[in-house]
Amino acid sequence: MQFLAAVGRIFIAFLSHAGRLAVFTAIAVSHCFRPPFYPRLILRQMIDIGYYSLPVVGLTAIFTGMVLVLQSHSGFARFSAEGAVAFVVVLSITRELAPVLAGLMVAGRIGAAMAAEIGTMRVTEQIDALVTLSTNPYKYLIAPRLIAGLLMLPCLVLVGDIIGVFGGYVVATFKLGFNPAGYLRSTWQALEVMDVVSGLVKAGVFGFIISLMGCYNGYHSRGGAQGVGAATTAAVVSSSILILVFNYVITELFFAQ
Amino acid sequence: MNQIPKSAPAKIELNDLHKSFGPKTVLNGVTLDVARGESVVIIGGSGTGKSVMLKCILGLMRPDRGSIRIDGEETVGMGQRDRERVLRKFGMLFQGAALFDSLPVWENVAFGLIQGQKMKRNEAKERAIEKMAQVGLSADVAALFPSELSGGMQKRVGLARAIATEPEIIFFDEPTTGLDPIMADVINDLIVKCVKDLGATAISITHDMASARKIADRVAMLYKGELIWVGPVSQIDNSGNAYVDQFIHGRAEGPIRMEIRR
Repeated sequence: MQFLAAVGRIFIAFLSHAGRLAVFTAIAVSHCFRPPFYPRLILRQMIDIGYYSLPVVGLTAIFTGMVLVLQSHSGFARFSAEGAVAFVVVLSITRELAPVLAGLMVAGRIGAAMAAEIGTMRVTEQIDALVTLSTNPYKYLIAPRLIAGLLMLPCLVLVGDIIGVFGGYVVATFKLGFNPAGYLRSTWQALEVMDVVSGLVKAGVFGFIISLMGCYNGYHSRGGAQGVGAATTAAVVSSSILILVFNYVITELFFAQ
Repeated sequence: MNQIPKSAPAKIELNDLHKSFGPKTVLNGVTLDVARGESVVIIGGSGTGKSVMLKCILGLMRPDRGSIRIDGEETVGMGQRDRERVLRKFGMLFQGAALFDSLPVWENVAFGLIQGQKMKRNEAKERAIEKMAQVGLSADVAALFPSELSGGMQKRVGLARAIATEPEIIFFDEPTTGLDPIMADVINDLIVKCVKDLGATAISITHDMASARKIADRVAMLYKGELIWVGPVSQIDNSGNAYVDQFIHGRAEGPIRMEIRR
């Protein structure tokens, strides 16, 4: 019986958590569409999320593209199918690797920072102070972050796509001796609009998830420094897992026949 | 401070307020009327529900039972738009000042003017510097960030922010905690001056008796979620209440038992 009680307790805790998250999301999203808006804050978040994440995303993308060429070349060489390398690289990067890896890197960079900042504001009563100064914290703190996350991650992933393919091209031509023009031609032939679009849709969803989990965990943190630390960890872990789950769901929607 | 005529209509009316967190009862039937322009100080030990009471009045927490009227208007269960309208009457100085550390000092002070009253930034900055002068801060502090200030200066900035929108009601949450005695007295003087200048209604919570004597018209003592004594500050030394006596003299022996685990 005790075992059943424990299972029940975990299940109820999960449901109440999911319910709270759903309510939080609904309120936060509704405030994205109702004035007053804070363009200055949205812009600042966009710079934080978009511009300052460029180095991280660029480095991730270029090394992923480079290693992908090495691996797929050594694999396909066994079947004398080296011609498929460009094909595999460009599809893997645009459909999967750029959005997922960029999402995970940004979750570590931005999601953690959001949870820590909003969590600190919560425990030092700054969020209460916002309310007493007639400012809605959902509008002032959360909506700008959600909007910026949703808009900036696709931009980052588009840059990541280009840098990743370029990284593959460099290794393929300079190290493995591919014909540069031929490599580019087969890359171009393999690529379809839907490949890039699906990757950008994923990126938008991931960006929203990162901001949402960062804000949600920060907003509900309590208990001083330790609580903020726990919120930061929860934000990164939960957004990483949700990114992987939604990656599968969106892939299924786009590509399953 | 001025003596308040008995006939003045109540600015804030609390009636039978209850609030508990799980099994722990924090407010257990608090009833209190605060007249317009009056300054009431709530005293009581740590964890007796002083902060929770203020947060319930501000709508940051929802009481389980009871009624809170501001200017005769019931605020418990109020919708968001009405709540924002009522909150415009309030200013609050938080215990840790709760300054926004991403904004420079002047923007902290001007926050309610820019966001709440939609004032132009330039105009709001001038007003902010005026308010800072009132609490004894010079204009060159305006561009600094809150983390660059000492505790006493942060409190002053918090006070300037609380009075910037010229509120009708101001709350002070432990205004002197963590300050040296001289700075505490400076803050007390500023509180008295600001409240008088604005003609505002004030509720302060503190366990600093020097501060309470200085800023209060009336004192109310909260113990275990109930107001056990309310009376004018002049009568606090002969209240005839053993709990109040023990508290104002800071004695370990008496009817109040601290919960100390051995």
